[in-house]
Amino acid sequence: MAYSDQARVSYQKELEGIREEGLFKDERYIHAVQDAEIVVEFPIGSSLKTVINMCANNYLGLSGHPEVISAAHEGLDHRGYGMSSVRFICGTQDIHRELEDTLTDFLGTEDTLLFPSCMDANAGVFEAVLNDQDVMIADRLVHASIIDGMRLCKAMNDSYKHSDMGHLEMKLEEHQDRRYRMVITDGVFSMDGDLARLDEIVALAEKYDAMVFVDDSHSTGFIGRTGRGTHEHFDVMGRIDIITTTLGKALGGASGGCVSGRRELVEMCRQRARPYLFSNTVAPVIVSGALRVMEIISGSTERRDKLEENTLYWRKLLTEAGFDIKAGESPIVPVMLYNAKLAQDVATDLYDEGIYAVGFFFPVVPKGQARIRTQLSAAHEKHHLDKAIDAFRKIGEKYGILGLGKKELIEKFGM
Amino acid sequence: MEDLKQAILDYVRMEYLEEEDDREVDESTPLISGGIVDSFSMVSLKRFVEKKYDIQIPDADASPEAFDTVDSIVALVERFRGP
Repeated sequence: MAYSDQARVSYQKELEGIREEGLFKDERYIHAVQDAEIVVEFPIGSSLKTVINMCANNYLGLSGHPEVISAAHEGLDHRGYGMSSVRFICGTQDIHRELEDTLTDFLGTEDTLLFPSCMDANAGVFEAVLNDQDVMIADRLVHASIIDGMRLCKAMNDSYKHSDMGHLEMKLEEHQDRRYRMVITDGVFSMDGDLARLDEIVALAEKYDAMVFVDDSHSTGFIGRTGRGTHEHFDVMGRIDIITTTLGKALGGASGGCVSGRRELVEMCRQRARPYLFSNTVAPVIVSGALRVMEIISGSTERRDKLEENTLYWRKLLTEAGFDIKAGESPIVPVMLYNAKLAQDVATDLYDEGIYAVGFFFPVVPKGQARIRTQLSAAHEKHHLDKAIDAFRKIGEKYGILGLGKKELIEKFGM
Repeated sequence: MEDLKQAILDYVRMEYLEEEDDREVDESTPLISGGIVDSFSMVSLKRFVEKKYDIQIPDADASPEAFDTVDSIVALVERFRGP
């Protein structure tokens, strides 16, 4: 038997090690459509519980929107379930191109190419457009999928301290001997919820002849006055060379992603990006749903406006209650606890109070930076947030953490 | 040897510590296993010592363990610099 007892035992030990370190990830079964309130089975086998969801990327509340579901049904009826092909053999329908054109218009770019996910877009894009004469200079807090994509690319890689423009400038100077330089950043950073300083990044990139890459997965649809993304917020639309983003968060939340940007760079991805070339086309039902999502968000800013109101309200509630939160303006609101065990305990107690929020700790965030990451949605109503803050306050009192800053929290609980 | 150690220490502090960072780094501080340098941004450290001391460290020798403390980096550099 190829899977020997020795192999089995060694994997079992490794899994046990993950469990002992407190890093084992359990799934929770959700018996409902994704929404502000969901019905959850957790732990597995326990009775169902209705909880307020404070950890979805369902920023615009479109994941279960009736119009999106109805459009998906129409797509299913008219374009079928699957295509059984990659894009370039017989997997491209008219609606795939229609969605690409719609995204191009929305993002204010020159062209767009769909990928099975933004993870795939990030995995494929660098290798498709850069080679060993080039350098990629990434913010140190970029998403894991970007790091994977950079690892697959032969260009030299380098990094700059998170949002440190002086450090970025130093790196750009250092790499003037490379053929092309590409500055790589998230638009909104997923763990801290802060925005990349895109106006300054673009200015530096123009000064030092570098391209700019932005993963706007946590921005597209709601950051910026009309929700176009971080580039709209910083008034640099048309000056970003590559944007990658996802359909898996605000834009309906199913799956799929894209590379959007300069025409030639997008075409290079169409010719060379391996996750595009060697994986199946995005399912017609998702494309149809996403087209309806784009219609909804292009026609009105109502949902992103409501998300913004919810964000301001939630940040105010947490601050008034005495929690140490990361300042910012995005709907990602981290409640800082610093100690990993405390973050896990608080998340467990919140769940008992009917609030679904997750603790994040090393290696997902740096050591000593443990937190509960809360995320807002346009699906939240004020009463959801009022109920959530009651629970947060109750648990905060239980652990005596209200009103404590970073220093006091670390003194009390350790890092 | 002391110059080498100091140059690497200075670089690590400049390259990896934030301004408000109150973590102390000395020659035996675990950099990678201690979460100060991640294995991805380790490459700039490798490039720094290669350029400064005009050496080539093969990928097989540039392990996270070899780069985990300033002391171990000094040992690595000295090995490739030769006598």
